[in-house]
Amino acid sequence: MKLIYEKSVAGRRAVRSPRRTVPGRELIQKRLLRTQPAELPEVPEIEVVRHFTNLSRLNFSVDTQFYPLGSCTMKYNPKACEVVAQHPGFVGIHPLWPQLRGGGQLTQGALRLLYETERLLAELTGMAEFTLQPLAGAHGELTGAMLIAAYHRDRGNAKKHIMIPDSAHGTNPASAALAGFQVVVAPSTAQGTVDVKKLKGFINAETAGMMMTNPNTLGLFEPDVRRIADLIHAVDGLMYYDGANFNAIMGRCKPAEMGFDVCHLNPHKSFAAPHGGGGPGTGPVGVVERLRPFLPISRVVKTRDGTYSLDYDYPKSIGYVAPFYGNFSVLVRTYAYLLLLGREGLRAVSDHAVLNANYVLNKLKDIFPAVSDHCMHECVLSAKSLVAGGVRAMDIAKGLIDRGFHPPTVYFPLIVPEAMMIEPTETETRETLDAFIQAMRDLAQTARANPAALHAAPVTTTVGRLDEVAAARNMDLAFEGKFLHPNGVL
Amino acid sequence: MVATIMTQNMAFQANSPADDQAMLATLGLAGIDELFAAIPPDMQTSAFHLPAGLSEMEMTRRLAELADANARNLVNFCGGGFYDHFIPAAVDALAGRAEFYTAYTPYQPEVAQGTLQAIYEFQTAMTRLTEMEVANASLYDGGTALFEATMMAFRITRRRRVLIDEGVNPIYRTMLKCYSANLAFEFVEIPLRDGLADRAAFQAQLNRDVAVVIVQNPNFFGCLDDLSDLIAEAHRSGALGIVSVYPLALGIVKTPGAMGADIVTGEGQSLGLPLSFGGAYLGFMTTRKLYVHKMPGRLVGATQDAQGRRGFVLTLQAREQHIRREKATSNICTAESLCALRALIYLSLMGKTGLVEVAELCAANASYGWQKLTAIPGVKPVFHANFFNEFALSVPANAADVISALIDKGIAAGFPAGRYYRGMESVMLVAFTEKRTKEEIDYLAAALEAALC
Ligand SMILES: Cc1ncc(COP(=O)(O)O)c(C=O)c1O
Repeated sequence: MKLIYEKSVAGRRAVRSPRRTVPGRELIQKRLLRTQPAELPEVPEIEVVRHFTNLSRLNFSVDTQFYPLGSCTMKYNPKACEVVAQHPGFVGIHPLWPQLRGGGQLTQGALRLLYETERLLAELTGMAEFTLQPLAGAHGELTGAMLIAAYHRDRGNAKKHIMIPDSAHGTNPASAALAGFQVVVAPSTAQGTVDVKKLKGFINAETAGMMMTNPNTLGLFEPDVRRIADLIHAVDGLMYYDGANFNAIMGRCKPAEMGFDVCHLNPHKSFAAPHGGGGPGTGPVGVVERLRPFLPISRVVKTRDGTYSLDYDYPKSIGYVAPFYGNFSVLVRTYAYLLLLGREGLRAVSDHAVLNANYVLNKLKDIFPAVSDHCMHECVLSAKSLVAGGVRAMDIAKGLIDRGFHPPTVYFPLIVPEAMMIEPTETETRETLDAFIQAMRDLAQTARANPAALHAAPVTTTVGRLDEVAAARNMDLAFEGKFLHPNGVL
Repeated sequence: MVATIMTQNMAFQANSPADDQAMLATLGLAGIDELFAAIPPDMQTSAFHLPAGLSEMEMTRRLAELADANARNLVNFCGGGFYDHFIPAAVDALAGRAEFYTAYTPYQPEVAQGTLQAIYEFQTAMTRLTEMEVANASLYDGGTALFEATMMAFRITRRRRVLIDEGVNPIYRTMLKCYSANLAFEFVEIPLRDGLADRAAFQAQLNRDVAVVIVQNPNFFGCLDDLSDLIAEAHRSGALGIVSVYPLALGIVKTPGAMGADIVTGEGQSLGLPLSFGGAYLGFMTTRKLYVHKMPGRLVGATQDAQGRRGFVLTLQAREQHIRREKATSNICTAESLCALRALIYLSLMGKTGLVEVAELCAANASYGWQKLTAIPGVKPVFHANFFNEFALSVPANAADVISALIDKGIAAGFPAGRYYRGMESVMLVAFTEKRTKEEIDYLAAALEAALC
């Protein structure tokens, strides 16, 4: 498709500017102004509408396709949550209003929503208190790692390392490093869970804590989590829970009861807030009692007269991790989802997420070896048996596209060769799972009979496999009007 | 019988109880609990003090009650870096397409060309708006973007000292301090001089240890500056210049690119995103091609398939956490893609002329407001610099009290500078967008005058 800039024709426009109601003009000196207007598109509204409507149709999405992207929990995003989030009483409020003297009255509904969301998340995880400030999962990790650092600083502990399993998502080590820690990689056993014996050898007085996700990124519950927590706590370390996989256990287990001291959740996964093609998300962080003083400010508090206000009086707080109170528009969706599901509904989520994942695993493990015979909310299969014939996990992924399925995650976990991480979620029907299973089985057959067909996939999309090496070499990151398209095919 | 009861509990679970039974039978299991056998029983609990689920109607009613408990129809002159601009209907209509908002980060390019091309177009728009060479796909917000830019400057210069102007949004400076707690770097805050960056004070602090000079234009007090000389001075001592900007103002304001900036960051909220109580917002960053490998965040590049068809992919991923882990340029993964899409749609609708016009309208409203408000006895401008759409006034009273009194008149009259600046208890910041009318500005002036006597 042409770029919006390639559709631009001088003199065309979409909006009509509002009439000037004030006399006089702006009084800015010329040296402070730009010399040329920015080269933005000149297009009528209908062209803008067609452009973006047609662009949207080039995407696979949850509303159009099965999207079993492991670790990402691409479940259905209820329309009711979208609609309530657009309420003018939510979208129109300025974040500085409650900071004005007497301004709390202007945003009582919003503050109450935040307060109640925090309480619900605390109950679901067993944590004492939550902050909703972090703006995505990785931002929650960073916040959590900073809370761990603040705790140790306050206690005068000289800590250096954070333990992170080799199966962990890349954000875990990256976040720990940004909070000033060195990362020690905790190896997994052949069964895919943390090797406690080896871990023990790494833990010492300088261990600040350990980051884990449970179930881990292989879709396996870490059975030794409490023993690990004891080992870490014995050196006054803290346990961090990456909640990306919370969909497996919500309504059934509380991270605090597994021995975790800090956790983040991913409402844009577990609580059905849409992912937006790469955000916005949120990453609420919960802590046990002894970490409460370090939480970011502001805090939303309920006062004795039943009203809600902001409190900044936490001298040990790490400060502001975000400008305001988190990604509010995403938190509205989160709260709405939690209300819709309620106690039984949230437990039913994990029940069915795990059932669906095991169903897929059970029907595919004979042809794609799995790490384990059972899984939690996602399963990791390997395409390594096809490698000898020249087919890799990525080829299976591309083959799935031609059959109308979004591929599973294939870029991690790093410890499984040719990994395909499949997370069906609870919102998919048995027929959809069966169709996906059939497609996977067919592709395994094609891989053996006609690998070239898979190398050519996908053929049903508007572009085939793209030259990523050329992309990195040419670094064409912005349109300068110089792009050559040899065939003229756009 | 049982089936009906279970269905009640099964909001958004796709299968029926009969499906569950059939699937469990396939697995050779008698009940769902067996699926959780790997979890030690003492880690499983049923003690959740959570409310029972609601129907869609009940939930919608509850949320409407909460929304209605927030102020509506307040005439807003409160800015502080976050502005009440008009959003054309097509922004919501297009960004509200589920093919965009229910997709993930575009890891599989063939089925994400919509998102990828939009990001490429967004990157293009941001480079043109700031007159820089490259832009990333988005960061969380303007404050975290400034932190990321600071870290980037450390990687480029291998120095660890920061000179930051006190005209940079105090919320962002507070955030930077929060993030710096565990990282060995040093902050020096340089006080303003008559509302603008104090050249002599910067010069006195600039030396071979300084990694970066951070400024904002227009600054927190709304003042406009040409920072070219300061950035050139920074370059002379081997430091970089970061400019944090208000992107809508760039419709008319001199660009950071033209001032020689090395990294530009900002809050994209003004480009088609509602105020929404502080989020979701849009952090952005642009820089020079020279520094692209040091940049955080996703980048989309144009390339071709085997048939020579143009397509778009995530590129230069070796910078990112999923490959480099603890050595990555940032930990960011999920960012603000849908907000970037909104900004792109907004900029496409406004177009080359429309963006200039809306920026001019904001500035014209502010000029008129300045005349009206400074005509009130005892009300004086704090600084003499030119401003874009916001300025600082000193009032003969406590500004927080004055603003508070005006809330009862249905006006959010501004933001009290004393909240973040010591000694500025009588100063209020007043902001104007294209949404404010002459009538509203006259009403503000009358109400302020009445409140002061
Ligand atoms: C296991 C795990 N941890 C952390 C993250 C990071 O979350 P976010 O993308 O919201 O920053 C992800 C996201 O894919 C994940 O799968």
